Amino acid sequence: MAVVTSSRKKAFNRVAIVSILLITLIFLSPLYWIGTTAFKPRSLATTVPPTVLFQPEITPFIKLLTKRVQLTKAYDPAIYAASPWYEQRIYDGGERILRVGPNIQLSQYPNRFMNSLIIAIISTIIAVSMGTITAYGFSRFKMAGEADLLFFVLSTRMLPPIVVAIPMYLMYRVVGLNDTHIGLIILYTAFNLSFSVWLMKGFMDEIPKEYEEAALVDGYTRLQAFFKIVLPEAVTGIAATAVFCFITAWNEYAFALMMTNRRAQTAPPFIPSQIGSGLTDWTVIASGTFLFLLPVAIFTFALRKHLLRGVTFGAIRK
Amino acid sequence: MAEIILRDIEKYFGAVYVIRKLNLTIKHREFVVLLGPSGCGKTTTLRAVAGLEDVDSGDILIDGKPVQQLEAGDRDIAFVFQLFALYPHLTAYENIAFPLRATSESKASVEAKVRAVAKSLQIEHLLGKRPSALAGGDMQRVAIGRALVRRPKAMLMDEPMGALDAKLREEMRTELKRLHLENESTTVYVTHDQVEAMSLADRIAIMNEGVLQQVGTPDDVYHRPANLFVAQFVGSPVMNIAAANVKADGSRSLLALGKGAAPFEFPKSLIRHLSDAKANDLTVGIRPEGVLVSQTETAGYVPVTAHLIEPLGAYDIVDLKVGAQLVRARTASGYVSKVGARVWARLDPAQTHFFDTRTTDSLRIRLVDGAH
Repeated sequence: MAVVTSSRKKAFNRVAIVSILLITLIFLSPLYWIGTTAFKPRSLATTVPPTVLFQPEITPFIKLLTKRVQLTKAYDPAIYAASPWYEQRIYDGGERILRVGPNIQLSQYPNRFMNSLIIAIISTIIAVSMGTITAYGFSRFKMAGEADLLFFVLSTRMLPPIVVAIPMYLMYRVVGLNDTHIGLIILYTAFNLSFSVWLMKGFMDEIPKEYEEAALVDGYTRLQAFFKIVLPEAVTGIAATAVFCFITAWNEYAFALMMTNRRAQTAPPFIPSQIGSGLTDWTVIASGTFLFLLPVAIFTFALRKHLLRGVTFGAIRK
Repeated sequence: MAEIILRDIEKYFGAVYVIRKLNLTIKHREFVVLLGPSGCGKTTTLRAVAGLEDVDSGDILIDGKPVQQLEAGDRDIAFVFQLFALYPHLTAYENIAFPLRATSESKASVEAKVRAVAKSLQIEHLLGKRPSALAGGDMQRVAIGRALVRRPKAMLMDEPMGALDAKLREEMRTELKRLHLENESTTVYVTHDQVEAMSLADRIAIMNEGVLQQVGTPDDVYHRPANLFVAQFVGSPVMNIAAANVKADGSRSLLALGKGAAPFEFPKSLIRHLSDAKANDLTVGIRPEGVLVSQTETAGYVPVTAHLIEPLGAYDIVDLKVGAQLVRARTASGYVSKVGARVWARLDPAQTHFFDTRTTDSLRIRLVDGAH
């Protein structure tokens, strides 16, 4: 690295750093709003200017996860004292948590969240494993029309999803895949597969074929060589591909909105559906969004080592 | 331990004819080097023996049995790759043990074998390390260990020193030689480095454009090259090659390099070996050490001028201008003092090679200095 010496350069660097910080702040502000509003009392959620200092509480999360009813009777200190802490929070706000017998009734959010998890995880696993095997084939074996086939695979990504959404919807209705987990899993897998094949092909090409050849000469079958040598070598690529596929499936909104409404509805169409039914409690929306952000953040964080190596793969390999 | 026979091997890559009717026998315990420029088909040949490449026709026999139908893993050979192909996610120990894991060897037996190989390669202290933590030479030792551990019938090596620096290469050469003497495994070794070939091989097989040019001991290919290609490919500095014509002159033959240049004296017997057509259309080759240089006028020597001097420490290479032709001579260092100096030169008949200009084949004329 060159050492910065001239004072003009130094000044320029300072300006650059300040600008980058400013831009970063602007970009992070929605995240800040979500992050803070999720812990605000309802009364502070929409204040202008926004309240910066407040006592954080988890009442929005309790509201998010439970079914509630408005109090019909007057406030009763005895009931308050007999309730567990989370019900006290709700009671304070003039509501009660709905119970059937002794069981607390959960809101639809946990269910939608689980749908999101199930659909995103399964479709990611399928898309990445199919992509890995396909990419291996494309990378290692000569075949007629290889380039055309790869282009064809990519072409499935060329139409914006919304263009195919209506025909897909009609077809799904006929075959009964509407509002099913499997329906969305198939959809997301198909959508991610081309991406996964192309990304993994790049990673596979980077793995010297001598590794497998060495294993083949040493008495392993090609399949054994694939599992013992190629897969461990491709872990970085698999992790990077998995993160991208997971994010795509997790965040997908248009198809989910159209194809699901109850059973298999995922969080992205569910969260906005809660806006506008009467008075919107923005703290609940924010807490729902906040929870929704966590899996991707955790997943990406867990794989960050591989990701960093993954995205700079070609650059540092040799 | 095995004998490998290649019979009429042919291989095409698409329309490119990469191996042309190759016949070669590698004897039991022999160290054979396939030598040639890049793209000559030597690596493809080696990979065909290993089973990593199919041949289009011909037979590959290991211990008398055809192996074309066998998978690489069933041929009982080991392969050392140019870039070592050590598995980065495994330790040196696991890399060496890897071939044994394909069989159902007991843990103790695997351990014993790995330790034994590591000991003979002096890499015991490195067994716990990952390949990325190893130096180039050690990576190669591990790669060789992985090849040796199974005690295969034959070892195939594809430019195993290509990725090492010059000093390390010299070291590894000695070590490979020692290992071959210890293990006595049949070895086929591919390289484009003729020094490596000369120093390691029992026999060298020289290839060019898919055609086997000559198979012989290092001494054979150096002193009796079968054609111009071998003559120029083997030896450093490169052999001098020039068009020449020969005529009789009393009790001697006179050999001129091009028109108008002062002719060199050769024994009378030379002209007897040549037909008239050949005598006028001949290519001679002589290594720099076969060009004798004298500072004083000497009988039988021709006056020449020094055109360029390359001091190489142990000796000098001097470019001599003979008519329009440059001839490189090897002299004691400092023997020719400066460029432009007038010296006298002679071609040693015993070290002069004669080739058919048209076919480039050696005419197999061997002269003895002074004989008439």
